[in-house]
Amino acid sequence: MGLDQIFGIAGSALNAQTTRMNAVASNLANASTVAGSDKEAFRGKRTVFKAVLEETVQPRDVDFKGGVKVDALTDDPSPVRRMSDPGNPLADKDGFVYLSNVNEMTEMVEMMAASRSYQNNVEVVNTARQLMLRTLEITRS
Amino acid sequence: MNMIDKALGVHPQSLDLRSRRMEVLAQNIANADTPHYKARDVDFRSVLSESRTTTLRATHPKHLEVAELEGGNGVMFRNPFNVAFDGNTVELNVEQAQYGKAAADYQATLNFLENRISGMRKALKGE
Repeated sequence: MGLDQIFGIAGSALNAQTTRMNAVASNLANASTVAGSDKEAFRGKRTVFKAVLEETVQPRDVDFKGGVKVDALTDDPSPVRRMSDPGNPLADKDGFVYLSNVNEMTEMVEMMAASRSYQNNVEVVNTARQLMLRTLEITRS
Repeated sequence: MNMIDKALGVHPQSLDLRSRRMEVLAQNIANADTPHYKARDVDFRSVLSESRTTTLRATHPKHLEVAELEGGNGVMFRNPFNVAFDGNTVELNVEQAQYGKAAADYQATLNFLENRISGMRKALKGE
């Protein structure tokens, strides 16, 4: 109970933020991919986080620890742009290719937000670790 | 054993409570990007005074045991300055400040405990 749970909580957040970072990396890598139809075009991926609540932990006797988990990966709903490029082997019969709907600026901001959140949780772990070590030394005084 | 408990005073309970508060704040920081998450906090004063009031005890074998009353562990929702568009009320700067303060409080309680323990050691050694 207490400080040792913080490691689990912050750990779940580190995990979630890593997933978010992965999604951003995938989005950026696919920013300039083209496809032959509107349906096949790459859509940016967004992570949706969800708090882990006591009621949702299935086996009730498991020592509860809160935290966060990745609930879903959703597609960015913004529209896909199309570009006339008749020379492209992927172009449809009218000569259009369909670009991804990834906005590089948004992705960079998302990446910075994820990395800041990650750092915050690392700091939480560091503080908890220091306090735990001090608690162990309580009888040495 | 009872005597040692008395010598340590309120500090063991308070240490437990402070570590629980840090846990709640860590949960807030972990959920800083979760939609609809509401930040929570522990009211230290009310929980500590609650834990120090005497509870009902069965003094006769035919008495029924009284279940321990739980007031939701004193965890309450925080009043945010601003609510994010996604309904999240975690304000990272506030949480960080509170977490730092909670860590300092924890160390303060730890120091009190250390002093009590070293006092007992001195009494035992008789130096």
